[in-house]
Amino acid sequence: MEFKTLVFYFLSAILLFAALRVITARNPVHAALFLILSFFSAGCIWALLRAEFLAIAIVLIYVGAVMVLFLFVVMMLNINVDRLREGFWRYLPLGALVGILMVLEMAFILGGDYFSKLQPHAPQMAAGYSNAKAVGRLIYTDFVYPFELASVVLLVAIVAAIAIAYRGPKKTKYTPPGKQLRVHADDRLRVLKMQAEKDE
Amino acid sequence: MNALLQALQGFFGADLWTLIWTVVKIFIILIPLLLAVAYLTLAERKIIGWMQVRIGPNRVGWWGILQPIIDGVKLVLKEVVIPSGASKGLFLIAPMLAFAPALAAWAVIPFTDTLVLANIDASLLYIMAITSMGVYGIAIAGWSSNSKYAFLGSLRSVAQIISYELAMGFALMAVVMVSNSLNLVDIVNAQNKGLFAGAGLTFLSWNWLPLLPMFVVYLVSGVAETNRAPFDMAEGESELVAGFHVEYSGMAFAVFFLAEYANMILISALVSLLFLGGWLSPVGFLPDGILWLFAKMSCILLFFLWIRATFPRYRYDQVMRLGWKVFIPVCLIWITVVGVWMISPLSIWK
Repeated sequence: MEFKTLVFYFLSAILLFAALRVITARNPVHAALFLILSFFSAGCIWALLRAEFLAIAIVLIYVGAVMVLFLFVVMMLNINVDRLREGFWRYLPLGALVGILMVLEMAFILGGDYFSKLQPHAPQMAAGYSNAKAVGRLIYTDFVYPFELASVVLLVAIVAAIAIAYRGPKKTKYTPPGKQLRVHADDRLRVLKMQAEKDE
Repeated sequence: MNALLQALQGFFGADLWTLIWTVVKIFIILIPLLLAVAYLTLAERKIIGWMQVRIGPNRVGWWGILQPIIDGVKLVLKEVVIPSGASKGLFLIAPMLAFAPALAAWAVIPFTDTLVLANIDASLLYIMAITSMGVYGIAIAGWSSNSKYAFLGSLRSVAQIISYELAMGFALMAVVMVSNSLNLVDIVNAQNKGLFAGAGLTFLSWNWLPLLPMFVVYLVSGVAETNRAPFDMAEGESELVAGFHVEYSGMAFAVFFLAEYANMILISALVSLLFLGGWLSPVGFLPDGILWLFAKMSCILLFFLWIRATFPRYRYDQVMRLGWKVFIPVCLIWITVVGVWMISPLSIWK
C-alpha cells in the first residue's frame, strides 16, 4: 500500500469517528469540539488531494472563525439533556426519513456515472503551480458576477443581522471617546507645591 | 557534510531518511525556540526591572541566568490540581491546544531565502489558519475549569482575539497585494526591489514605509492577539484573579505561559518578515543574513516588553472600540488606497 493511501485511511477514520461523536456525544460542548475535529480532518484530506487552498480555507474560516462563535454560544447554553431525550422516539420517524433520503442522494451521486467521470486522479501540476492564484483568477474573471452576487447577499445578511440585534440607542450613560481624548491632565489635576513641615 | 548525509540516506533508504531528516530539522528549529521562550521570560523580568529601577532576578546563577531553568524545574515538580466538576479530558487538552499552534506555525517561517523547513506556496495562509486555532486552547480552558473567573476571562480573551484577527488579516492582505504572493520567501524578496533598494538604502523600500498604517495596525494587533499588556484583559488580576488559567497549576499552567511567549516570538518573526525585510540587510554595503532577522525580532520583542512596562491596562470597551472602530476602518481605507496606488502610474511595485 502506498504511504499516501495509509494517510488517507488514517484521516478518514478520524473524520468518521469525529462525525459520529458529533451526533452521539451527550455534552453539546463536546459535540461542537468533535465537529471542529471533523472539519480539521476534512481539511487535511483536501490537502492530500492537492486542494491546499480549499484545505486552508476551511481551517481558517470554519475552524478559526465560525466554530469559535458557535462554541461560544454552546458554552453559555444551559441544556437539560434529559428534557432533550424525551422527544427522541417522537422525532425518530422524521429523522430516519431525512437520513434515508440523504443516503439515497449520496448513493445516486457516488454510485452513478457522474462520479466515475470525476474519479481519475487530479492532474499533476508543475511544482510552481499556485492553487490560490488559480482560484482567484477564476473568481475574478469567469465567475465574477456570481461572486459579486454572493458578496452582496452576504452584505445584506450582515445588515439584516445587525438590524435584528439592534434594540435602539443605548440607554446607559457613557462618555464619548472623542471627549475623553481631548482631556488634559491640567483640566482635572492641580499640583500643589508645599513647604515641607518641620518639627520645631 | 553532504557525503555524510548521503551515506546516512543510503543506510536508511530514501523514504525513511526523508522522515528522519525532517524530524531532525524540526528539532533544530524547536529546541532553540524553546530556549528563546525560556530566556524571553528572564529578559522580560530583567528589562522591566531596569525600567522600574529594580534589579530583577539575580539569585540563581550569575546575573540570574539560571532563573528560567529553575522556574521550569519548580513547575514540573508541582502537582497539577484538577478542580472537582472540571471536564477532565478537556482540562488537560486545553494547554496543549494553546501551545501546539504556536509551534506548528514555525514550519513555514523562513530564516533566510533557503533556510526554511517547508517552503509551501500559501505559507501566509497556512500561518493565518494555524494561529487562528490557538483561541481554542483559551476557550476550552475557561469552560472546562468550571469556574466563573476562568470562564469570564476566556470569554473576554476569545472575543478580543477574534476581533483583532480581522484587523490582522486585513493588514496581511495589503502585504499580499503589494508583494503579489502568499509565500513568505517571495514576500521578503519583493521588499528588496525599488527605488531606494537600488540606491543602497534597502530599509526604505521595506513594506513598513509604504504600508505604515498597516504596520502599526499589525504590530498593535499582535500585542492584542497575544493577550499582552496593555491588552491583557483576559488576566485582569484586579477583577478576574488571573483569567482563563486561574485553575491551572504546575506544568499545565507553564504550558499556557510557554504558549504566550512562543506566540510573542512568532508575531515578532512575522512582523520582521512582512514589514521589516526579514533577513535583508538595511543598507546595500552589508551582506544579508539570518542575523538581521534575529536582530529585528529582538527589537520587536523589546518593544513588547517596553509597552508592558509603560502603559496601564486598557478598559475592555476601549479595547473593543480600538479593534472594531479604528483598526478595521483604517485597514479598509488603506487597502483601497494601495489598490488604487498599484494600478496608477505612480505605482512603486512594478
